[in-house]
Amino acid sequence: MDNLIAGQAPVRSRRGAEGPWRTAWRKLKVDRAAIMAFGVLVLITAASLAAPLYARYVAQTDPFATNLNGEIVINGETKQVLEPSTEGLSLGFTPLGPTWDFGPYMLGADNQGRDVAARLLYGGRNSLLIAGAAALICLGLATVLGVISGFFGGLVDTLLSRILDVLWAFPIFLLAISLSIVLISQSISIGPIEIRSGSLWLPVFIIGIVYVPYVARPIRGHVLSLMRAEFVTAAIGIGAPPWRILLYDILPNVITRVIVFVPLILALNMMTESSLSFLSIGVQPPDASWGTIIQDGQGLLYSRPIVALAPGLAIVISVLALNILGDGVRDALDPKSSIRVA
Amino acid sequence: MLVALVSRLGQMLLVMFGISVVAFLIFFATPGADPSARIAGRNASQETLVQVRHDFGLDRPLPVQYGLMMERLFISRDLTSFVNRGQKVVPTVLEAIPVTLSLVFGAAVFWVLGGLIVGVVAGATRGSWLDRTLMILSLIGVSIPVFWLGEVANLITQSRWHDSWLFSWVPPLGYIALTDSPWGWFKALVIPWFTLATLYIGLYGRVLRASIIETMQEDFIRTARAKGIGERRVLINHGLRTSLVAFVTMFGLDFGALVGGGALLTEVVFGLQGVGKLTYGALQTLDLPMILATVIYASFFVVMANFVVDVAFVFIDPRARDGH
Repeated sequence: MDNLIAGQAPVRSRRGAEGPWRTAWRKLKVDRAAIMAFGVLVLITAASLAAPLYARYVAQTDPFATNLNGEIVINGETKQVLEPSTEGLSLGFTPLGPTWDFGPYMLGADNQGRDVAARLLYGGRNSLLIAGAAALICLGLATVLGVISGFFGGLVDTLLSRILDVLWAFPIFLLAISLSIVLISQSISIGPIEIRSGSLWLPVFIIGIVYVPYVARPIRGHVLSLMRAEFVTAAIGIGAPPWRILLYDILPNVITRVIVFVPLILALNMMTESSLSFLSIGVQPPDASWGTIIQDGQGLLYSRPIVALAPGLAIVISVLALNILGDGVRDALDPKSSIRVA
Repeated sequence: MLVALVSRLGQMLLVMFGISVVAFLIFFATPGADPSARIAGRNASQETLVQVRHDFGLDRPLPVQYGLMMERLFISRDLTSFVNRGQKVVPTVLEAIPVTLSLVFGAAVFWVLGGLIVGVVAGATRGSWLDRTLMILSLIGVSIPVFWLGEVANLITQSRWHDSWLFSWVPPLGYIALTDSPWGWFKALVIPWFTLATLYIGLYGRVLRASIIETMQEDFIRTARAKGIGERRVLINHGLRTSLVAFVTMFGLDFGALVGGGALLTEVVFGLQGVGKLTYGALQTLDLPMILATVIYASFFVVMANFVVDVAFVFIDPRARDGH
C-alpha cells in the first residue's frame, strides 16, 4: 500500500475485494508449468478425437480389422505386414516395424497386422473417456456422501463413515479386480440401467467407485470443520434454514476442494484403467485402450518393442501432465498453500 | 498403552470382518447372475453346476453361505478350484506368500531409503537446481505405470543390453528361493525391487520434502537454531524426526495398496510366482475360488501389516498411546 498516507483511509477499489475464483485464476495463469501441462492435455485429447480422421486419411486401414495377409509398399519395396519370422524355428510372424513416415504404419503393425499408431489414438479416446467419466462418478458420489455425512452427522454419519472405512481398508486393486471379474463376464442390470458384458461402462463404473472413500473422507472432514466455522454459526444465528446453509455456506466451500481433486483423480483413474486393461479385465477387445495395447505388445516386447512402448509413453505423458496441473490447481485454490510453497 | 493395543486389535478384527463380507457379497450376491455358474468356470457342465450349488450351499440363506465359505477358507481349508480340478486353493496361496513378501519387503527397503534421501536432500536445498531436478524426477516416477516400467526394464536387461557387461548378470525371469541360493535370490529380485520402488520413492520424496519444509518453519526449529545447534543437526534431529510421523503413517497405508496392486503387476511382468501372479492366472481362467482366496488372504495380510505399523506407531509417537 504505497498510497497509504497517515490519517487518510486507504482508497478502496470500486470493484470490492477479489473473489476466490479470480484469485485462483490469477495464480494459475502465471504458473507456466501448469499452463503447459494443460496445453499438452488439450493436444492429446484433440489427437485422440481425431482418431477416425487419422485412420481414414493417414493410416488408410481399419485399426480394428485383422490384416494378416496385407501388403504395403514402402520406398518402392513391397513388404508383408506380417513377415514370416526368420529367427528360431521360424514358426511365428514378426509384424512390420515402424516406418517413421507420416503415413500407413507409422509405428508399425501389431501381431494382427493392425496399424499401431491408429490404434494408439483410438485407445487414447477410451483411456481418456474412462478416466473422465469415472472421475465424474467418483467425485459426484464422494461429494454427496461426504457432504451428507458431515452435514447431517449423527447416525447417518456413523453408518456412512463405517462403510467408507471398510472400503478404504480394502486394497483398491483387489476391490477393482473382484468387481471386474464378477461383472466382466456377464451383463448386469440395476433397475433401468443395463450394462452389457464387455461394455466400456463396466470399467468406468468400477474405477468410479473404488476411489470414492479417498475423496469422501477428506470432504467429510472439511464439512465438519466448516460446520464449526463462525459464518455457519452466524447463519444459524440469523435463523437460516438448513438447506440454505447447505447451499450457500457449505457447498461453495466444498466445491474448491473437489476441484483440487479433479486432476489427481483423473491421473489415478488413468493409471488404474491401464492396469486393469493390462490384466485383461478392463477394456475388452475389439475395443482398445492404452492398457490393452501394452498387453498386445507384451508378446512382441523383444521383437517389436514399439507396440508396448508407445502407449506406455502416452500414459506417462498424460499422467505427468495431470499431476503437474494438479499441483498448480492445488497451489492456486488452497489458501494455505501460499505459506507452504517453495 | 495396553488399552491402545487392544483397541487397535479390535479395530483390525472388525475391518477384517468387513472386508470378508464385502468380498463375499461381491462374489455371491451381485444381482443378475448365478454365482454357481461363475464358480464352476467357463462352459461348465450341468453336473458341475449341481455339484457347486450343493458344495457351496448356494440354495441356503446368505449368512449361512457366508459362514460356510469362511469355514472352507480358514478352518477346513479344503476349498478346491474347479478349473484345475482337485487343486486345493488355500495351500497354493500359502505357498506363494514367501515370493510376494520377498518382493514387497525388498522394495520397501529401497523406497524408504530412496524416499528419505530424495525428501531430505530436496527439502534441505529447497529452490536449488538439485531440488528442482529431484522433484521433476519424482513426479515422473509417480506417473509411470509400474507394469510398463517393468516391461521397459525387461527390454533393457533381458534383451537389448543383456549381452553388455552392465546387465549380463541378470538371471532369466523367475523367482529363486532364498533358501536355495541367497545370492541368486538377490539377483533375481533386485530389478523387480527397483521397478516396484520407483513410484514410492517419488511419492515419499515429495511428501517428505513438503513436510520438512513445513516443519522447518515451526517455532521449535527457530528455538533449536537459537540454541546454537548446527544446521545439519537441526535438519536431521528436529526437522526430519517430526516429519517422519507422516512418513510412517503413509508407509502403513501404502504397504497395503502395494501388496494388493503394484506387487501383483510387478509379479506378472517379472514372472514371479507370488500371490499376485496366482490371482492373474486365476483371472485368465476365471477361477473364482482361487480369486476369492487370494483376495481375502491378501486383504487380511494388508490389514495385519497396517496393524503392525500402527503398533510400531504407538511406540514411536507418545501421543498415540492413549488410544486416539
